Amino acid sequence: MHIVVCIKQVPDSAQIRVHPVTNTIMRQGVPAIVNPYDLFALEEALRLKDRHGGRVTVLTMGPPQAEDALRKCLTFGADEAILVTDRAFAGADTLATSYALAAAIRNIDRDAAVDLVFTGKQTIDGDTAQVGPGIAKRLDLQLLTYVSRVEQVDIAQRRLRVQRRAEGGVQVLETRLPCLITMLEGTNEMRFASMDNMFRAARCAVRIWDREAAGISDVSKIGLKGSPTVVSKVFAPQARARRAELIEAEGDAPRDLALTLINKLFTRNPKLRDAIVAQPS
Amino acid sequence: MAEKFDAIVVGAGPSGNAAAYTLARGGLKVLQIERGEYPGSKNVQGAILYADALERIIPDFREDAPLERHVIEQRMWMLDDSSYIGTHYRSADFDQPPYNRYTIIRAEFDKWFARKVRQAGALLITETTVRDLLLDGERVIGVQTDREGGAIYADVVVLADGVNSLLARKAGFRPELNPADVALAVKEIHFLPTETIEARFNLSGDAGVVIEMFGKITQGMMGTGFLYTNKESLTIGVGCMLSDFKSQKMTPSQLLENMKSHPSIAPLIAGGEMKEYAAHLIPEGGYNAVPKIAGEGWVIVGDSGMFVNAVHREGSNLAMTSGRLAAETLLELAQARLPYTARNLARYRRKLDESFVMKDLKKYRRLPSVFHRNPQFFTAYPELLSQAAQTLLRVDGEDKKSKERAIRRSFVARRSRFGLLGDAFKMWRAFE
Ligand SMILES: Cc1cc2nc3c(=O)[nH]c(=O)nc-3n(C[C@H](O)[C@H](O)[C@@H](O)COP(=O)(O)OP(=O)(O)OC[C@H]3O[C@@H](n4cnc5c(N)ncnc54)[C@H](O)[C@@H]3O)c2cc1C
Ligand SMILES: Cc1cc2nc3c(=O)[nH]c(=O)nc-3n(C[C@H](O)[C@H](O)[C@H](O)COP(=O)(O)OP(=O)(O)OC[C@H]3O[C@@H](n4cnc5c(N)ncnc54)[C@H](O)[C@@H]3O)c2cc1C
Repeated sequence: MHIVVCIKQVPDSAQIRVHPVTNTIMRQGVPAIVNPYDLFALEEALRLKDRHGGRVTVLTMGPPQAEDALRKCLTFGADEAILVTDRAFAGADTLATSYALAAAIRNIDRDAAVDLVFTGKQTIDGDTAQVGPGIAKRLDLQLLTYVSRVEQVDIAQRRLRVQRRAEGGVQVLETRLPCLITMLEGTNEMRFASMDNMFRAARCAVRIWDREAAGISDVSKIGLKGSPTVVSKVFAPQARARRAELIEAEGDAPRDLALTLINKLFTRNPKLRDAIVAQPS
Repeated sequence: MAEKFDAIVVGAGPSGNAAAYTLARGGLKVLQIERGEYPGSKNVQGAILYADALERIIPDFREDAPLERHVIEQRMWMLDDSSYIGTHYRSADFDQPPYNRYTIIRAEFDKWFARKVRQAGALLITETTVRDLLLDGERVIGVQTDREGGAIYADVVVLADGVNSLLARKAGFRPELNPADVALAVKEIHFLPTETIEARFNLSGDAGVVIEMFGKITQGMMGTGFLYTNKESLTIGVGCMLSDFKSQKMTPSQLLENMKSHPSIAPLIAGGEMKEYAAHLIPEGGYNAVPKIAGEGWVIVGDSGMFVNAVHREGSNLAMTSGRLAAETLLELAQARLPYTARNLARYRRKLDESFVMKDLKKYRRLPSVFHRNPQFFTAYPELLSQAAQTLLRVDGEDKKSKERAIRRSFVARRSRFGLLGDAFKMWRAFE
């Protein structure tokens, strides 16, 4: 089985700041990490490889330093890493990104047929959750979003069953291969790389594809040119002037806590009490 | 199958990077292991980079190293509760390339240095902690990491694992850290727009100012404070001996908060947004605290060997120089096909003795104990000097001669005639 995992290098959003003067996002000095959902996707792919054999290729489109993110994925046990990088890709929105990634996956597929593509549910910097579906559509793959676990794969029958988180519960869905899965935070913990894998990753050559190597001829579909989306403004939300309030309760019992809260609500909003009291019990 | 290397370097701070770079350039098969997510992710420094030490390793580092500002002005402040008295030295000579000192952000700098090390041919493995040294009798033959299949072998191990150097202590190469030999420092990076920094410190372009401070900001404890200008931020910090924090039941963050509200300092950092907070130990035991630094199949470099000149706040340059000298020793032995025995490695210590590293440490060898036993240098004197300046400068109808007498009296009253003489002698001995 050949699995492609799309990963994106993102700034660690826990450490990102908005420039107090210009209101732009300050990326300088903010450590870059692999988008967390993509690591769950990788873990799921590696588990399938452990069970069924085959190989895992990690793919990213980004600036040259995104190679660090790929190398990180190699340490966990990915077999091969491809960095699609070219000035022509700069300024891509989700439409142009999924176009470029789809082209790269088509290229990979020519080498060795791809059975399964993983992406994260969404990134923590762009947050659109559109790239996965965009790739699936372009490559005509079955699409399963918000997956928390791949239950089983039947390679002979070319079928796969997953758990998908949905409002109010979990759906168990089945589809045929090839397909694309977008992963939630999985239920499986990330593995701790062995020393051998650390060595392999440090020595493994990441394949670098520019636009042509990625098999893209139409430059109007990529980068800024291929991006109809315009980010017109980025701003930091204003801190609210209203303060949180610490409410002291009389006792610890659930009843006391509930009463304290209800009293609080009623004193704040007498009409609410009237309305509730007026209701027939 | 376990891998075997010519040399393993533990740690990717300035000392480890200098050693690994020099060894790899010399043609050895080098493995460098760093426990941080990336080199620099765990490292803390003010930070001033001294160009000379790096230049001797990477002569053209200025071409692509991430440097913040070159230092054209040095201020030395002695502070009491409401004032500072001190010197400012600014020189156009310092504004002439090649510059001699730079402010840097260690996270960026270490990452850059590590890239150079990799380009030189060393293999760097991050997010991996060396748990133990592998020994064959007395001889170090490799390291044990925290990963599956984690035993790796080498002819020599370079311990560049920083001030704590758990490895050297575990192996019994070094004694436990003495709280009177290490300072605990905290620092913050405050973001400020470039224009504000330039206006506040009278700067333009990439020029920068550093302020070194001592006095009542450390509340009688032995220590110093600092404030450095970066491109788009200020670094401010303070450090004192660990033993003093312990006995005074004071926390470093409290101390830094107080320092930040000092009337001479507050306006300099006003309006900044805190970006980063970090705390770290600094080995300040000086010459007498330097442990054995080489043995059968191992050498110690950098903070792990206590190579810090606290008086001049030099550490990274001693780290890089010791890393380079250790590596050069190993290369010489490799070339002569001599084994890495304690005897042969004694050359490393000799090289260090001949360099500024040991010479400077030796010069200030008495200083830690002098300052430790005489807190008046941090409390009484800054106050006395500040009062003296004020008495002289305040025009209030009193004649200058009486003013001078009053100043003299204040000194004698506070420290007595013998005390003053003794203090002068102690200072002379400490800095001799
Ligand atoms: C603050 C901000 C706001 C933005 N707003 C918009 C917007 O409104 N509309 C818009 O079209 N663009 C927007 N962009 C740009 C957009 O985020 C990126 O250009 C686009 O490349 C990826 O979209 P995403 O990060 O939202 O990915 P998502 O669609 O959230 O990513 C889902 C998954 O796709 C895969 N993936 C995504 N990008 C890559 C990649 N480069 N290489 C490999 N795999 C990848 C990963 O597996 C990821 O988990 C914005 C960017 C920023 C920083
Ligand atoms: C607040 C502060 C301000 C300072 N200001 C200055 C200044 O302005 N100028 C100056 O020159 N010096 C300054 N110093 C001193 C300077 O930071 C140090 O001397 C220098 O960092 C020492 O370098 P090193 O490589 O020996 O150790 P470190 O930089 O501490 O590096 C040690 C490395 O080893 C790694 N490591 C440790 N144990 C293990 C293990 N078991 N396995 C794997 N990896 C491990 C660590 O993660 C770390 O990356 C300052 C220090 C502090 C704390």
